[in-house]
Amino acid sequence: MAERERSHTRPRGAVFVPRAQVMSAEDVHRATTRMAHEIAERNRGLQHVVLIGLQTGGVGIARRLAEALAEAEGATIPVGTLDVAFYRDDIGLRPVLPEAVTDISFDLTGTTVVLVDDVLYTGRTIRAALNALGEYGRAQVVELAVMVDRGHRELPIRPDYVGKNLPTSRDEMVDVSDEGVSLGELVSR
Amino acid sequence: MSTFPTHLLSMEDLGPGEITEVLRVADSFVEVGRRANPKVPALRGRTVATLFFEDSTRTRMSFETAAKRMSADVLSFASGSSSLKKGESLRDTVETIEAIGIDSVIIRHSSSGVPTRVAEWVDHCVVINAGDGWHQHPTQALLDLYTVRQALGGGDEGLARMEGLRVAIVGDIRHSRVARSQIAAYTAMGAEVTLVAPSTLLPPSLEGWPVASVTHDLDAVLPKADVVSLLRVQSERGSGAFVPTLREYTAGYGLTARRAAVLQPDALILHPGPIVRGVEIASDVAELPAALITDQVSNGVAIRMAVLFLLLGQGPADGAHRD
Repeated sequence: MAERERSHTRPRGAVFVPRAQVMSAEDVHRATTRMAHEIAERNRGLQHVVLIGLQTGGVGIARRLAEALAEAEGATIPVGTLDVAFYRDDIGLRPVLPEAVTDISFDLTGTTVVLVDDVLYTGRTIRAALNALGEYGRAQVVELAVMVDRGHRELPIRPDYVGKNLPTSRDEMVDVSDEGVSLGELVSR
Repeated sequence: MSTFPTHLLSMEDLGPGEITEVLRVADSFVEVGRRANPKVPALRGRTVATLFFEDSTRTRMSFETAAKRMSADVLSFASGSSSLKKGESLRDTVETIEAIGIDSVIIRHSSSGVPTRVAEWVDHCVVINAGDGWHQHPTQALLDLYTVRQALGGGDEGLARMEGLRVAIVGDIRHSRVARSQIAAYTAMGAEVTLVAPSTLLPPSLEGWPVASVTHDLDAVLPKADVVSLLRVQSERGSGAFVPTLREYTAGYGLTARRAAVLQPDALILHPGPIVRGVEIASDVAELPAALITDQVSNGVAIRMAVLFLLLGQGPADGAHRD
């Protein structure tokens, strides 16, 4: 999400200034491994499970979860990526552009889709993602994994797997990367 | 990103940054086009009108398909059955269309500059030039760039390979809005453009045109060209009168099988259509793998979706942001 906010939020060229690191690289790695175990626990055998990372922040985490599942369970889980720009409800209200091309090369009909994103905030991206997913088949179940749940939900959406619950104020921004998770502000230059 | 112009009137309104953005967004719409249901809700509730004062098959169908695949409502305005026949002026027609509440007008007209004038008259309607006289046809040039970038590997790699690419534009340049848009588009992306035409089919002056060279000798250009972009002899604009006979035109400037044989193995052949087989391109040549004519048509839908999305789907840069 950090990347999305950086590229879209006014004023253009604003930079993220971190104030506090809330998760270290090690914490992110540990949370990924734990979430992978939770996914395996809830979906015994991992049959029909696919991971769909949301562009751009969720894609790396989805790949890491697939690696952790391969290591822990010996399972090969298909990974796809999804861009939700054309399904957003704020088209025409602010600049909305696709981040990358959606890549889902398998039919989702009958699968258990685990949607993966870096930060869960208002829930509007997930709402758009649920609509977009329908174009690739009728999934049997859709679950949601996020590295950080920062609160402030505007829709009845909740995650199934959470790396960390992080209370935030609306003016703050959360930056998630392999190096860790930071809380900070967007500052215009 | 919000440097994209309000209207799309000319290729010259777009710099390399904006062109790259259109091509990148079009990649996402190509993916949409491959789905079982190639439709997205992006422009739901928007209304788009096509105002074509000149014959067209592919451009009109392409724009209407693009708008419908984005869930916009589409009105098709036929000048022949409109109030223009009753003596209404173009300006009054445009004002009526705007008063009805249409979000975008896509205009084709035989007179150069009509879309630009219309853009001055409207308050909130977005004007898209679908070809005006000899002037411009920007979406054609954009879909040509997209097709070339795709053939060169796509994405940033394809884009980077356009730098220094040798492009030959062959045929009736004088009467061609496509050529004018192509020259601006290719040169913006760093390609070198050579114009090939008999002197009668070149414009009276080429001053200020950003072309590397101009020649009458197609045979000298072909072995070195990376892209050969052919133009139709536009008999409806009187270009037939500028060449002695069509057979003589073909002898000098047609891409015959003999000429296609001297092309580099990876050279690309483009034509904006409609093609007149046996005149500017031999029938067999149009069927070669190097001829990307049908790719151009399919890519046209994605490019027009990208243009519509960039013009109609973007809010103010300071719009409320929620993620």
